Amino acid sequence: MKKTAETEKIRLQFGKSIHRIEVKSETRATITADKDKIVEIADYLYRVLKWRFIIASALETKHGIDIYYHFSNDNSGMIMNIHTVLDKLKPETESLTCLFEAANWIEREMHELLGIHFLHHPNLQKLISEGNWAEGVYPYRNN
Amino acid sequence: MSKIIPIGPYHPLQEEPELFKLYCEGEIVKDIKWETGYNHRGIEKLSESRTFDQVFFLVERVCGICSTSHPFAFANCMEEIAGVEIPDRAKYIRSIIGELERLHSHLLWVGLAGHFLGYNTVFMWSWKYREPVLDLFEMITGNRNRYAMFKIGGVRRDIENNKIAKITETLDLVRRKTDLLVGAVMDDPVIHARTKGVGILTREDIINYGAVGPTARASGVAIDVRHDDPYAAYPLVNWKVITAKEGDVFAKAEVRLLEMIESISIIRQCLDGLKKEKEGITETIVKSIPGGIGTGRAEAPRGEVFHFIKTDGSNYPVRHKIRAPSYVNIATFRKSCIGQSISDATISLAAVDPCYCCTERMAYAYDCSTKEKIYNGNDLLALSQAKTDAIRKQIKPL
Repeated sequence: MKKTAETEKIRLQFGKSIHRIEVKSETRATITADKDKIVEIADYLYRVLKWRFIIASALETKHGIDIYYHFSNDNSGMIMNIHTVLDKLKPETESLTCLFEAANWIEREMHELLGIHFLHHPNLQKLISEGNWAEGVYPYRNN
Repeated sequence: MSKIIPIGPYHPLQEEPELFKLYCEGEIVKDIKWETGYNHRGIEKLSESRTFDQVFFLVERVCGICSTSHPFAFANCMEEIAGVEIPDRAKYIRSIIGELERLHSHLLWVGLAGHFLGYNTVFMWSWKYREPVLDLFEMITGNRNRYAMFKIGGVRRDIENNKIAKITETLDLVRRKTDLLVGAVMDDPVIHARTKGVGILTREDIINYGAVGPTARASGVAIDVRHDDPYAAYPLVNWKVITAKEGDVFAKAEVRLLEMIESISIIRQCLDGLKKEKEGITETIVKSIPGGIGTGRAEAPRGEVFHFIKTDGSNYPVRHKIRAPSYVNIATFRKSCIGQSISDATISLAAVDPCYCCTERMAYAYDCSTKEKIYNGNDLLALSQAKTDAIRKQIKPL
């Protein structure tokens, strides 16, 4: 399956900023986009299409720091993963907390565990290891 | 002058540690800050060094009460990556275990809420009638908790048809007692006075925080993974999503109480479904997991549990992200608590049914200027129960 109605909406809205669309099934798809477009895409999904932000997952790969933002369309059961790759040496991207509070804690956690800097986050402090872990050491980084 | 009233990290009102600092002026909560991480066990990192079969035993121990929900979501995730469909008998068994878990979790919550309000009879009754549900688990799975029922492709044990009569008999007992509890809680004027209009979350708050489960449904946001993204036997049986509109503590209690009745109905229908399926066919054999990514979710008693896995074709996850419902629900405490009286703060938090084990991934109050401790944990519980006593005295018996 190469496309669904939902992935087509996003592809038409964001054009060349979308690098790849992978459709696994009617209810599962992953869209890879420029990191500079993530806020716009998230705003479109949340405010225009009324989707719900579930959580974000981040991991270090050989290409850089991958972030998957997971959104749910509760009307159709679709989970859309918006995927972007950050530079390993300077992983930073805009915070989504300005759009919805649901991103607040997970961005703090990704910052703490992988060293991702979320620009304009209202409170980018440690969430789960305050006082218990060395500064500048990120447990989920491979080195 | 602001005072900080702590709830935690170790507090008799809470089953697990989390530090909440409530900043108060007089009796009103003005601000909340919290520190989490006391229960962080590195489960996501541990998962990377376990085989997929071993990960089930790991995620089952994320939480004691949601010990089915995490394996459920993980199994859904892995079966999405592997592209397998499980047999119908396995679907019914998974749903039976999931709904029995919902039943015992909601009964536990009703008891705790009763205790926090000073209704220890409700606490004792609901925990007493939770015992037959745990006995059923022991009969079916061998354990009262951590059932080890799930595997990729199906379930590890069958529920033999000769056990169905005993399960049905126990459900009949639990249903009678649940009706009793529902009536006692929903009709009590003192409980109304303590919970109506308390800890309100609006529909907009729910959407902004991404809250899920009964916390969301009590504010009129009808999201339920069993309905929205059906899995296991839920599309094969008739049931309805329970919602309320007011968004207060009473609405959350109402949703949980009525969900218990719905759970019993679902289990009965699944047992009927089991009788039609051939015994022993409980899994689709899966020999390897291809590389890729997968997302799986399940509706835990507290809301949507979400798992994300990245695989590379080996037997081990490359990355395993776990999001429990309490991770988003606890954050709503900021909205439900600020502006409330300090004696209502504890029931407002309890209404979200926080599970810190899932999320991890005690508050103390002190005067900002003198650093003098104002309330300890016992004081806060006493405040809540004293408020109930005062209201009880004001409300004349019918």
